[in-house]
Amino acid sequence: MRTNHILGESVRLLVLGAIAIIFIYPFWWMVVNSLNSAAEIFGKPRLLPVSWRWTNYLEIFQVQPFARHYLNTLYVAILGTAGNIIVASLSGYAFARLRFPGRNGLFLLLLTGMMMPIEVEIIPLYFEMQKFHALDTLTPLVLIPMFCSQGAFSAFMFRQFFVTMPDELEEAARLDGLHPIGIYTRIMFPLSQPIVASAAILTFLSIWNSYLEPLVFLSDIQKFTLPLSLANFNDSYGLPQWHLQLAATTLSVIPIMAVYSFFQEKICDAMVNTGMK
Amino acid sequence: MQQSSLRSQQRLEAATGYTFIAPQLIGFALFVLAPLVMIFVYSFQQKNLLFGTSEFAGLANYKELFKDDLFWKTMGNTLVFSLGVVPLNLVLSLAIALYVGGGSRGVGFVRSIIFLPAITSGVAWSIVCKYLLQGGDTGPINWFLLHLGLSAHNWLFEKGWAMGSVIVSRVLKNLGMNVLIFIGAVLNMPQDVIEAGKIDGAGHARLFWKIKLPLLMPSVLMVMIVTVIGSMRVFDTIKLMTDGGPEGSTMVMVYYIYHKAFKMFDTGFASTLSIVLFLIVLVLTLLQWSVRKKVSYYEN
Repeated sequence: MRTNHILGESVRLLVLGAIAIIFIYPFWWMVVNSLNSAAEIFGKPRLLPVSWRWTNYLEIFQVQPFARHYLNTLYVAILGTAGNIIVASLSGYAFARLRFPGRNGLFLLLLTGMMMPIEVEIIPLYFEMQKFHALDTLTPLVLIPMFCSQGAFSAFMFRQFFVTMPDELEEAARLDGLHPIGIYTRIMFPLSQPIVASAAILTFLSIWNSYLEPLVFLSDIQKFTLPLSLANFNDSYGLPQWHLQLAATTLSVIPIMAVYSFFQEKICDAMVNTGMK
Repeated sequence: MQQSSLRSQQRLEAATGYTFIAPQLIGFALFVLAPLVMIFVYSFQQKNLLFGTSEFAGLANYKELFKDDLFWKTMGNTLVFSLGVVPLNLVLSLAIALYVGGGSRGVGFVRSIIFLPAITSGVAWSIVCKYLLQGGDTGPINWFLLHLGLSAHNWLFEKGWAMGSVIVSRVLKNLGMNVLIFIGAVLNMPQDVIEAGKIDGAGHARLFWKIKLPLLMPSVLMVMIVTVIGSMRVFDTIKLMTDGGPEGSTMVMVYYIYHKAFKMFDTGFASTLSIVLFLIVLVLTLLQWSVRKKVSYYEN
């Protein structure tokens, strides 16, 4: 029985170890080779960089306006997330707590937005943005996460949360003569912190990682976001500059990983909930 | 007096309600509904992005669609991609969920390791996978295979291997999500039923097939549909790893839409392709909603 147990535990360690290697190695490889020269990348895989070329991390800022791309991404991610939260919490609150004709029908209509893939709508959105003179600006990248499926999903989360709030809370405030706007800003919105966090995480990540939208809407290199920038590390002959691409990729992944390591549980829960929406 | 103040309060509430939902609904009308209507309109047009021309063409695009070999090919490729991603993803994630179990150590392992690619951008993950799969004996994966006495391949440029390689990269990227969902489902299994099975002398295999899997079936179905929808929408993995090649063997639906609309500028025909994608996702979503209704029925 005892030896069986020890055997079982060691097999378990082996299996989990193998899984860990499969998932960790790509990241390890990325970081190691972001500190190599292009020539050192392929060949015998190494556990540590050969030449520790920290200059790779300087060069990425010279071959492309990479700092600009970073700021662009931060700009759309912060603005898009803030807009998403404001718009969705307002409508989520109204759909849950305020009575007005057509409430349920409008909410159902909004829910259909959750299933609408951006890939289906990208062509009409392109022409729409053209009409608004918003092509080659960051505006579409802010508007889409506010109002397309991510927006509908946030509104849904807020509504589900506000619906569970006890009535007494509002009644008391209403008897004190507080306007619905006051009830929302002073009582309800502050209470919805957990939903704000989940919705913000999901929206921020989806903007940070989105690729098709910037690819379609942006052609001016000054306007690029990180995913476009990463895919664009080619020399003048169109050949990839591997070491620089890996350094840039590492820089784009690290902040997300850092934030993730602090809020693992929250981020995982939020993402799993979207998976099951 | 009482009556009128009540009515004015109701009116205030309704007015506030409409004000609060206005931003969201205006945005929804502009960026979800209007595009949906327009995609149908465009699909009946001969529309060119480069020349800015558009004229009514009736069913021409739809007729062309049925005759277009590349359309059928991309449909087939998308199907192959799905048939690869979905079972592989489900089997692996269910197996890992059952194996690591629902304890805090198991969940911690999944969160801090298997989930990492899921929070990484598809672009970053695809770039790294592309390098790892580099052909010749210098690619890292080939290097390991050669040292294990296996043969090396030019993974992303050989017709027989490219699709498989993208499928595996994609499965690894999203696996963590489904593992966590299944761990939740495993924790929710009624333990007394499983205990009863054990007491009756059911072995591991029997316990899995006869008791655990049926109990997990609602979650498996849900996860399956969500994963199918995700696989229909694949784009970045394909664009960055194979660019649709070799010889169009990894060209999937969204890639074809993108290619037709923004490389060939044939936005009319590309809109017709988008309609096909829309209908597929619509059917799958309706299926998902009906399954979810049943699932919550069982849960209550």
